[in-house]
Amino acid sequence: MTRRTVFAVGGQAAGAAAASIVLLPVVGFALAPIFDRPEEAWEGVGSPDEFTDDTYRQAVITQTPGIGDSGKTTVYIRQGSAVLDENPDEYIAISTRCAHLGCPVRFTPAAGTFICPCHGGVYDFEGKVIGGPPVRPLDRFQTRIVGSELQVGPRYSVTSQLEPVRARDPGEFTGGIWEYLYPPRPTTPAPPS
Amino acid sequence: MPKLPIPAALRRPAKPGERKNGARVNGGGDGSGRDQVIGRAKEAPVDVVAWVDERTGASPFLTGMLLRKVPKGTNWFYTLGSATLFAFAMQAVTGVFLAMYYVPSATEAYDSITHLTNDVFLGEFVRGLHKWGSTLMIILIFLHMGRTFFFGAYKYPRELQWVIGVVILILTLVMGLTGYLLPFDQRSYWATIVAMNITASGPVVGPYLADFLRAGAEFGGTTLPRFYAVHMLLVPGAMIALIGAHLFLVVRLGTTAPPWVRSDPQPKSVRAEKIGGPKT
Repeated sequence: MTRRTVFAVGGQAAGAAAASIVLLPVVGFALAPIFDRPEEAWEGVGSPDEFTDDTYRQAVITQTPGIGDSGKTTVYIRQGSAVLDENPDEYIAISTRCAHLGCPVRFTPAAGTFICPCHGGVYDFEGKVIGGPPVRPLDRFQTRIVGSELQVGPRYSVTSQLEPVRARDPGEFTGGIWEYLYPPRPTTPAPPS
Repeated sequence: MPKLPIPAALRRPAKPGERKNGARVNGGGDGSGRDQVIGRAKEAPVDVVAWVDERTGASPFLTGMLLRKVPKGTNWFYTLGSATLFAFAMQAVTGVFLAMYYVPSATEAYDSITHLTNDVFLGEFVRGLHKWGSTLMIILIFLHMGRTFFFGAYKYPRELQWVIGVVILILTLVMGLTGYLLPFDQRSYWATIVAMNITASGPVVGPYLADFLRAGAEFGGTTLPRFYAVHMLLVPGAMIALIGAHLFLVVRLGTTAPPWVRSDPQPKSVRAEKIGGPKT
């Protein structure tokens, strides 16, 4: 190895080191929010007595604090129904985020269905897909009762058989092999058992 | 004779046969002072250009670019690339001025756009230019691409130019996508939600890409600034560099004749010229 080669390679290496000192932190800076673990937030939505097992009531919760109305989302809540083999002591909180591409669905009491305005997704009373393009049932939120208040907590997704899995983005299938093709975010909380 | 106020550095060096003060020996009509001054004044711009040229060597490049030969049959379809460039320049200029009023924050963006549109002098016009200009640029870039395709202008030796053009096309669409969120009204919010969820629906890497786009698991406080930075700094910078490379190749390789213009017949071979034979 000649002296000239040593200096050429050394110079290139020094340049690469200098460039990566700048570039690596910048890339990390842009990617960092992916690995943020959001704080597990529980928000009160009123007394459990306000909710019945035959229809949904709306509640508005804050999903992302600090950005005004765009950080809020609507949740449909009802009591567990014995007719549907659910525990009447539990409360079902259904997300309005359509499982197709994330538009807000609306519950239509007369039909007992959730309907999405964007691409015509339709869900039944439990949130299972009965029409249109959505790939899985509507997401749910964990619920708990603290004192005399019903609280809504972290989001989780469900399979087509309504088994809880970790939260996924809209458009992602759940259950079976899809659990591996659409890996959940490493920081999502575990689903309720 | 009055001296013109041209600094010595700007003055043309005296050529052989000229006097030291710069006046030409045979330069000025009847030789009166007035004609000499007018004659020199007429040459002043030439002198300035010559001064720059002597130090940069720009003129061979500029004449080569501006006075280059174009093939027979060049027609109006060949202006689509320049039209796209004009649309890009218009977007860049109006974008700079919109940035003077726009606030990239989830709580203030909509109000700043409303203020810009309704209160600022000509704000509605500048914003309108930017909004409709984006559509114009996408239409023009597709027409330009169609012209290139149907005229066969992507073939050897211009393949790299096509590849660069496709990257510019993709970046133009990225500009459209990221710019759509910035007014931050209901339409742009939900359209962006849908766009990010379409990204997320790609298997394996989709969820991570969507997280990168919206800076986290949910649409949050840093999503809008992120789109703003991509829209006004990252992508335009890349586009300017790529447009430069694209134009360099246009100058270097020239344009193609339209397919219906036949190339010159092949020159006769030596044999055909000397002893006669089948014309080729």
